[in-house]
Amino acid sequence: MDFKLNDEQRMLEETVGRLVRDAYGFETREKNRNSALGFSTEMWQQLAELGLLGVPFSEELGGFNGGGQELMVVVEGFGRALLLEPYLATVVLSGTVIDRLGSDEQKAQLLGSIIGGEQRFALAAYEGQAFYDHTQVTTRAVANADGYLLNGSKAVVLHGDSADQLVVIARTSGDDGDAAGLTAFVVAADAAGVSRRGYPTVDGLRAAEISFDNVQLAAAARLGDEGAALPALEAAIERGIVALCAEACGAMEVACDQTLEYIKERQQFGVAIGRFQALQHRMVDMRMALEKARSMTILAACSLELPAAERQRRLAAAKLIIGKTGRLVSEEAIQLHGGMGMMDETAVSHYAKRLVMIDHQLGDQQYHLQRLSALLAVDDDVA
Amino acid sequence: MDLEYTAEELAFRDEVRAFLREQLPATIAAKIKHNRRLTKDEHVLWQKRLHQRGWAAVHWPTEHGGTGWGPIERHIFDEECAAHHAPPMLPFGVSMVAPVIIKFGTEQQKQQYLPDILASNVWWCQGYSEPGAGSDLAGVKTRAVRDGDHYVVNGQKTWTTLGQHADMIFCLVRTDPNAKKQEGISFLLIDMNTPGITVRPLITLDGEHEVNEVFFDDVRVPVANLVGEENKGWTCAKYLLTYERTGIAGVGQTKSLLSHLKTVASEQIVNGRPLIEEPLFRARLADAEAELMALEMTNLRTVSAAADGGVPGAESSFLKIMGTVLRQEITDLFRRAAGPYAMPFLSEGDDAVGPEFAGAVANRYFNYRKLSIYGGSNEIQRNIIAKAILGL
Repeated sequence: MDFKLNDEQRMLEETVGRLVRDAYGFETREKNRNSALGFSTEMWQQLAELGLLGVPFSEELGGFNGGGQELMVVVEGFGRALLLEPYLATVVLSGTVIDRLGSDEQKAQLLGSIIGGEQRFALAAYEGQAFYDHTQVTTRAVANADGYLLNGSKAVVLHGDSADQLVVIARTSGDDGDAAGLTAFVVAADAAGVSRRGYPTVDGLRAAEISFDNVQLAAAARLGDEGAALPALEAAIERGIVALCAEACGAMEVACDQTLEYIKERQQFGVAIGRFQALQHRMVDMRMALEKARSMTILAACSLELPAAERQRRLAAAKLIIGKTGRLVSEEAIQLHGGMGMMDETAVSHYAKRLVMIDHQLGDQQYHLQRLSALLAVDDDVA
Repeated sequence: MDLEYTAEELAFRDEVRAFLREQLPATIAAKIKHNRRLTKDEHVLWQKRLHQRGWAAVHWPTEHGGTGWGPIERHIFDEECAAHHAPPMLPFGVSMVAPVIIKFGTEQQKQQYLPDILASNVWWCQGYSEPGAGSDLAGVKTRAVRDGDHYVVNGQKTWTTLGQHADMIFCLVRTDPNAKKQEGISFLLIDMNTPGITVRPLITLDGEHEVNEVFFDDVRVPVANLVGEENKGWTCAKYLLTYERTGIAGVGQTKSLLSHLKTVASEQIVNGRPLIEEPLFRARLADAEAELMALEMTNLRTVSAAADGGVPGAESSFLKIMGTVLRQEITDLFRRAAGPYAMPFLSEGDDAVGPEFAGAVANRYFNYRKLSIYGGSNEIQRNIIAKAILGL
């Protein structure tokens, strides 16, 4: 057993750490957030130059060939800075679907453009009435002479407003909730019949409602076999869960640090409020939540290659714990900051918002508790 | 990073499993599984079997007859023992007083006490707490006054776990009443057969006799029984506490409890179907399982960090809080799994009423309230973390 990072992972950690320290202070982040795009294209180019957009992809494609641990190390650094750029949408979610399903040619072209920072992608998977169930897909792609005709709509597509290309999950056969019959397509965001309504999210990111009205796709737009996209979609969600857990750890760490610093400085009744035991114990519970979150993130990051049942169990448990601990850290960070915690200008409020919104991505704690319940095994009692 | 055990660690685990299968009497395992109290003889029998295998003192150095195991081996051993329902190791001799004797004792004390602790020939108990000094140990009032070659001890200890069986007690006593709180305390070893000692049972809320009051009335203790220097007992006390906190997460026991609970819940039929299929109960089980995974990983991270030597620091306070809260939650679920059969109160030896598992669930639930109180209450653990880790 070994919990230490290897040399390459430490190098990645340092690269990300240096980048966000030097180029991503809170003021810069706020400036980027308030720009029309909602993030910085210069930053995106820097991520490309440092090779960070290629972390999960193979070396032949120009990537880093990283697994869950490398993803964890990188995204945790992003979480510390509340990075706004569409790494999750482009690299983790869309990138994984393309990587799993694409032909060699599609991978070279599409992943190449991701790694180089030339194109940004968004994964259009979830739908309005589906909550967090990724098999509830009513968007349909019907084969025709030129390829497929796409109709339907997708909800809260992360960074769907600014993506150049969309990876769309559509049903080519079967009914709502069926595991079979889902197919992935790459659709240009400006294709005829695609309409997007972009908006900011509570935590300062961007998303979009996207509808497809008789969008004509070429046959070559299809990724992988018809009707067989589910395993790739689930792999993307699992990677996404590792990324969200890691991002939450980074954000929680900063929220804890800033709160600790605040209660050591803020004076009330003639002493620093951190002298009060009632506050000390709440601060301890925040730090304990961070330790739990970190433990589960490590577990999730090291579990992506395991057989399905154990992998799903661990990922559901990790996302559940992240949901619980993220809420606790957020609420306590605001509470211990008092009125200052309610202010937009106080950085910690933004950490709190991101942590709570992470619970609304790729399944909240209720959803993952249900999943874990379904996977509950009665194991052998030894004695 | 690699969360898997190495080949050597897996081989070690197999060795432990084989030993437990061969040496642990089924009657004892059944008692532990169903939360029944062991007799003194049963405790001693198990300790002696461990001693025969060379595994009585898992964290002692090998020169004194310990295993010399590192934190990961100790973790594996704990986990396997719990999974097989082995009796928990009695800590008073082997993990509490012995490390203090090894660290601060004279050569003569080491020779006199350590072999009998190792072989479980002598039963020790702990004399720390007093009616006025629970978690605030520095408040001890029991007096020891020097009189020639003896100390004369007067005072009272309380919450003395299994003191009714003990041959020896290690005590914190006040040797300088005028010194500041922590500076006038000494660490004394006292023979329980000395005239002037009275042990009185305290019956806890679960109806059990586990703890005692111990009264000292002009008890004469040889000066040779002082460990370390006079008035420097606080150093010994603190050192002992760090040992008390190793293995504090209770991962092995929690796994075993949860595993048993799942079996019970799949056998209990409620409204025509197994309790485990009832969504709300199942969700609480799943939640406990997620918390257990977080506890285990946090424990492994701490164990792994300590693997280079030394004992865990204030991080073990996180483990104490997380571990005790989770075990208490599981004992609550056991109580619910028994339904109305949680209610019958059974004394030791009474025939079971209702399902076999149900007899002791309420008792254990109440007994386990102690987990967040003893060994430094969970509030004290928070104070420790606030000070040592957060710098508050």
